[in-house]
Amino acid sequence: MAEQVALKDPYTEKRIYGARTVFAALVVFALLFLLMIRYFSLQITEHETYRTQSDRNRVQLQPVPPKRGLIYDRNGVLLAENRASYRLTIIKERVEDLGETIELLQQLIDIDDDRIKKYRRLVKRSRPYAAVPLKLKLTPEEIAIISVNRYRLPGVDVDAQLARHYPQGELFAHVLGYVGRISETEQLEIDEVNYSGTNEIGKIGLEKYYEDVLHGKVGYQNVETNARGRVLRILERTNPEPGADLTLHLDAHVQKVAHQALGDERGAVVAIDPRTGGIIAMASTPSFDANLFVGGISTKDYSRLRDSIDLPLFNRALQGQYPPASTVKPLYGLAGLHYGVITPQSKVRDPGWYKLPNDERMYRDWTWQKKKSGHGAFVDLEQSIVESCDTYFYDLAYNMGIDRIHDFMQPFGFGRKTGVDNTNERSGLLPSKDWKRIYKRSAWFHGETLSVGIGQGYLLATPMQLASAMVTMANRGKHFSPRFLKRMGDEELPVPKLPTVKVEAEHWNAVSHAMEEVVHGRKGTANRINRDLKYRIAGKTGSAQIIGIGQDEIYDEKQVAKRKKDHGLFVAYAPADNPKIVVAIIVENGAHGSWVSPIARKVFDAYLLDQGELANESSSGLIAETTLEGAGL
Amino acid sequence: MSQDFVRQMPDRSSDLARPMGFWQRVHIDPLMLILLLMLTAFGLAVLYSAAGQSAGTMMRQGRFLIIAYIGMLVVAQLDVERIKRLAPLAYLVGIALLIAVPLVGVGAKGAQRWLSLGGFRFQPSEVMKLVVPMAVAWYFAGRALPPRVEHIIASLIMIAVPTLLIARQPDLGTSILIAASGLFALFLAGIGWRFIFGAAGLLVISAYPMWQLVLHDYQKTRILTLLNPESDKLGAGWNIIQSKTAIGSGGWDGKGWLNGTQSQLDFLPESHTDFIIAVLAEEWGLQGVIALLLIYLAIIIRGLWIGMNAQHSFGRLLAGSITLTFFVYVFVNMGMVSGLLPVVGVPLPLVSQGGTSLVTLLAGFGLLMAISTEKRMMEQ
Repeated sequence: MAEQVALKDPYTEKRIYGARTVFAALVVFALLFLLMIRYFSLQITEHETYRTQSDRNRVQLQPVPPKRGLIYDRNGVLLAENRASYRLTIIKERVEDLGETIELLQQLIDIDDDRIKKYRRLVKRSRPYAAVPLKLKLTPEEIAIISVNRYRLPGVDVDAQLARHYPQGELFAHVLGYVGRISETEQLEIDEVNYSGTNEIGKIGLEKYYEDVLHGKVGYQNVETNARGRVLRILERTNPEPGADLTLHLDAHVQKVAHQALGDERGAVVAIDPRTGGIIAMASTPSFDANLFVGGISTKDYSRLRDSIDLPLFNRALQGQYPPASTVKPLYGLAGLHYGVITPQSKVRDPGWYKLPNDERMYRDWTWQKKKSGHGAFVDLEQSIVESCDTYFYDLAYNMGIDRIHDFMQPFGFGRKTGVDNTNERSGLLPSKDWKRIYKRSAWFHGETLSVGIGQGYLLATPMQLASAMVTMANRGKHFSPRFLKRMGDEELPVPKLPTVKVEAEHWNAVSHAMEEVVHGRKGTANRINRDLKYRIAGKTGSAQIIGIGQDEIYDEKQVAKRKKDHGLFVAYAPADNPKIVVAIIVENGAHGSWVSPIARKVFDAYLLDQGELANESSSGLIAETTLEGAGL
Repeated sequence: MSQDFVRQMPDRSSDLARPMGFWQRVHIDPLMLILLLMLTAFGLAVLYSAAGQSAGTMMRQGRFLIIAYIGMLVVAQLDVERIKRLAPLAYLVGIALLIAVPLVGVGAKGAQRWLSLGGFRFQPSEVMKLVVPMAVAWYFAGRALPPRVEHIIASLIMIAVPTLLIARQPDLGTSILIAASGLFALFLAGIGWRFIFGAAGLLVISAYPMWQLVLHDYQKTRILTLLNPESDKLGAGWNIIQSKTAIGSGGWDGKGWLNGTQSQLDFLPESHTDFIIAVLAEEWGLQGVIALLLIYLAIIIRGLWIGMNAQHSFGRLLAGSITLTFFVYVFVNMGMVSGLLPVVGVPLPLVSQGGTSLVTLLAGFGLLMAISTEKRMMEQ
């Protein structure tokens, strides 16, 4: 056939080409016919099926996000609510020139470049035709500007959503935490169906701890949409179950007083009602405005918070682990009495220092820098607690040994989490010989027992732990896991009880009497707060040394830079005979507990007098009078 | 002029005798131009609806159309002889550019297809859609036809090199179109049937190793999705389910222009690019599809007709190959959107949004017009 032709032969070529073209044309006809059949079968034969399917598309099943539960304090003060928040969204596919549109929007309203970068990142991850938010929390003016310029901005829209709002600003940031956009890791952990309409999730604090109850259950609605995708009418609806409202033991007034009393200092206040284990106040300063985090914090704000030398994001009440210093002395005294190492009458010689047998090192009393003679020739337990004598407790600790200290302190909650209903709690550290062998791979030294004996050395505790131990002290052994949550919806929740610490009543009496003398005694280290006091306070000061002082150096507070000063601590409960509130306070570089104790007085006054906790015991006129005085402190 | 002279040189004399018509002087094939204008006008209307009634998209496409039509008219003025002489050079430059793409090119969506020249981005693979059939046509134009075995092998290599380079970018749709354009030239040149059947047999045998070694995972997914779109309703199967729903729900009459719920409510993905036929089918119904197919058919018949009447084998092969490749666009696109074929990135020619493909396609029709209006030389 044609294949054999070797010479160029235009006529044959043309003939072959013609034949091939005709063949190709036939194939084209056949295939186009095939397409015709295909479209015919889809559009005519199966038309009904696809029309139904198309209608099903048009009618959409939409998730309806549940309303997040509100959070109140014990008196019904609103701490976390949901507010309508307007956001600016762009559907990229409906915009002619994205860059131009964003530029125009920037001219109209204030949008920082950071947000735009974030938007561009979001756009890359989102499916086509999704409304991606460019700016959140629009002001009414901004909404008006956008509406007026709508005609110039195709694809740009403003939509309303409920967003979390914390009306008390930074006052409760460390307690409540905040909600934020669901991250990719969180996406994997949550129930995708239940969160299908939800954008934000509790990130930290109570918002995270009680996320499950606060969130609620998603609802659904069948909606008919028009050609623009707008909802025309709701055909069918299953309402979402709103999250439970939470009522806390927290008292907004006391919290505010505590927060303000800390002022510009770095520190923490924890106040607990020993009768219930409910937390009355938990302040940590400096704090931050939790509203910044809702809907995503700007990089600028975040780096400002993160890089601040004062660590505002650090929750000192739960995460701060400090040497409890002299605040643990009442417990040691109790331990000494309990183990029979001392009696209330036994005395120790106090020259202002202590030496271990066969060791030349001098362990000095804290009074050494002022007078080199100690607290008196011989001191007993009460005087040692009232004046915070170190020598007495060096001797007591040495005689008890570290393991007996460990065993006695553990039931009070040292060295383990208190189990408070909040996030990021840390466990502190209660050392023992075993602990040191395992974690430090070395033997225990007697000198280390002496350090622990004055609440220093390896011993670390969070303010929450100190407050919790003080609850046990105030309750004479009755003990709780401290709780923020008082009521979930209408359901009153009990505070989980811990095993009672068993110590002889006379031992409790001896130690609590000494603690009262700390505040009310002539030589008490916190006696500055006892003026015009309408109730009695039992407490103990502490001063945690944070820099090492050489053997012969004299420690001078004035010369030490502010950040190297001792941490000041104070733990107390009141009224002493019928405790209704305990506090644990730490002020970083606050020098000495006696300067910290006025904060406790303010908190007690706020709770006992302002809140009427003493009302049944005093006349109303008295309360008003004391309130005025309390404010003057 | 005496009758004898005329009888001696029939072709030339007839040419000289008949003054060149207006259309031939301006190198335009009027019938083809009318068909193309009808098609692009229809396409613009569909696109306006598909792009959510965006005037901006229309304007952009309109601008590209004007550029593309001007390009077509410019190409139509070229002398076919010159095109033929330039073909091998164009081929070599094209290959060089394709090699440059993975080295200095720009990527998008996991594939690297673009070259950036002074702020102007273009796809060398697009240009190759015209250059490859030109080169193959040039190769056979100088040789006796039907081609001999060694010539077939040489031309297959000419086709395979750009095809593989483009498939590796990866751009399966374009590489199929380019391979097709070259193979059509080979087919029209008169390659023996035994080669054709042999190749078909080889293809069947090599299907399994191809699947294992050559195809990317996403390409395999597309093919598996075609076989069973319900297996992945929200993922890879989404496109096909939605486009079939759009087409099927259109029925005979269609839902009316701008009233397609599938397309207007954004259920249909890529509605203004590769899946635009679904918008047409939904809003214009089967009537619209038939009208479109008739325009396409007319264009193809006219293209084949031009090829049949071309003066030399170069023009014939080039015209036929361009026309048949155009058909492949139509068939693959309409087939994939209706679920007959796997989804490969092939636009609906002259209707889908996209500047580059408009320019290349109309440049191809420019070549057809150059061939159809070539001065009648004396037949040997």
